[in-house]
Amino acid sequence: MTIATATLSKRRAPVGERRFKYLLVAPAIFLLLAVGIFPLIYMLVVSFVGIDMMAEDWTFRGLDNYKAAFADARLWQALGHTLLITAVALPLELLLGLAMAQLFLEKFPGRQIFIALLVLPTVVSPIVSGATWSLMFDNRYGPINQVLGWISGKEMPLLWTIDPTLVYPAIIVAEVWQWTPFMFLLLLAALSNVDKSQLEAASIDGAGYWTTFRRIVLPAIWPVMAIALLIRGLDLFRIFDIIWALTKGGPGTMTETLSVFTYIKGFTQFEISYAAAVALIIIVLLTVVVTWALKKVQIAR
Amino acid sequence: MKRGLFWRYVAAIAITVFFLFPIYWLFIISFKTPDEIFSFPPKWYPGQIHFGNYAVLFKDGDAVTVWNSLVVAGVSTVLAMVFGTLCAYSIARYRTGGDNFANWIISQRMVPPIAIVFPVFLMYVKLGLVDTYLGVILLYTAFNLPYVIWMMRGYIQDVPKALEESALIDGCTRWQVIWRVVFPMCRAGMLATAIFTFIFAWNEFLFALVLTRTEVTTYTVQVTHFFGGQSNFWAKISAMSVLGTLPVFIAVAFMQKYLVRGISLGAVKG
Repeated sequence: MTIATATLSKRRAPVGERRFKYLLVAPAIFLLLAVGIFPLIYMLVVSFVGIDMMAEDWTFRGLDNYKAAFADARLWQALGHTLLITAVALPLELLLGLAMAQLFLEKFPGRQIFIALLVLPTVVSPIVSGATWSLMFDNRYGPINQVLGWISGKEMPLLWTIDPTLVYPAIIVAEVWQWTPFMFLLLLAALSNVDKSQLEAASIDGAGYWTTFRRIVLPAIWPVMAIALLIRGLDLFRIFDIIWALTKGGPGTMTETLSVFTYIKGFTQFEISYAAAVALIIIVLLTVVVTWALKKVQIAR
Repeated sequence: MKRGLFWRYVAAIAITVFFLFPIYWLFIISFKTPDEIFSFPPKWYPGQIHFGNYAVLFKDGDAVTVWNSLVVAGVSTVLAMVFGTLCAYSIARYRTGGDNFANWIISQRMVPPIAIVFPVFLMYVKLGLVDTYLGVILLYTAFNLPYVIWMMRGYIQDVPKALEESALIDGCTRWQVIWRVVFPMCRAGMLATAIFTFIFAWNEFLFALVLTRTEVTTYTVQVTHFFGGQSNFWAKISAMSVLGTLPVFIAVAFMQKYLVRGISLGAVKG
């Protein structure tokens, strides 16, 4: 605590002070609890009973829904798909973003305009970018097959969102397209803040590009990079919109992620209690990961 | 050096084309006639700018979903800004609740939306809040609160404490200090935070998909209604998407300076 706060808090009687500071947080906390915690408790109750499309059965079933969830191969597959997409897209976004940041690091005429334009994919609604990519991937009227046709010299009527070997590349392309600019912006800001005198010193000492990068640049940008990876990693873990627009989890259940699986169970098959159990498992899993990650990455400075 | 610059431009242009082409494609499809959209091979630019697809959106009543998005995102942004900024002030100045409280707030932001919306949906069914403005606005407000609190905490911490000190000594009440000193000092940050909050709500899809049916459908949900089993209504999909995307582009163009700080949850103070 700095001296300024100390005097600031001495101005009024401690009781009034305390009331004031809690008064300020009260509305926000009330809303977070009302919309966050109460439904959560309600869902916890629902996950122990047997509500589905057929019947609103409120008899206590213990851990039946949880046991069913852990035994459900489709849920494990959904987890696998989610991790697969995360494991491929996250490093791709990072590396492409880093390469782009290096390219745009030095000032050159028009640089600001390029940067302003490159931001655009990231601020498009994910559902719109999914829709855009389904236009791009359309087997007959889409430009991608057209370009592939020029390159190969024959018609390429590839079914990007249906063919089992092509759906994942399609999803990854859309995902990487939308979020690489995010990585790029953050890393560009981080790279611009690297201490120039250290870089000069390294070059005078004759350090090569990679040595300089590993020893000076990487440690300097790591805090920002870690936060970027955390934000994107968690976003990827809950990916829904792009998949919904491109494949709706299909063909079959091939591209179902955790979010898509839970949505389908809860809102199209109406296995309410089962979906509640799955949602709780996801919350617990994520809370553990997030708490751990927040401790590691000092987002709070 | 000159040659290095040349190749830099080549790379920069190639990258920009890759990242902008899909957006270009979306926009030009919205200006094509249906015949042009379904011509093979595809046309790379429209013969002439044709606004028919937009006219159809207004004629069929689809455009009202843009209004719904505006109401829902607008009202929830105002609410989240008011409650969130006050809460942020308390945390920034008095460290209310300590580090754990601040961390809890930001972790709320990171819970998967599907896990948030499912219990809320169950609750709303009981309360009759499904497919109402109130229901959607409440959830959007709560969902955006952590972001507002987190960002505004950062901006308020940037305001020198000495200023508040002297205002208190001059006889201002605490409310007056907040209103006359703190808010004006972080006006730009507040505006940036409000615009981002608005964009998040405006672009949101999953909550709206679950909580709306016919009355308060937002534009993101409406876009997916044009996807058909047999064929997709490309004209409507693209025109609707452009209507929803253009305002965001305009907003972002005006806040380049705050962009990095805004999307990095305040981690990078660009």
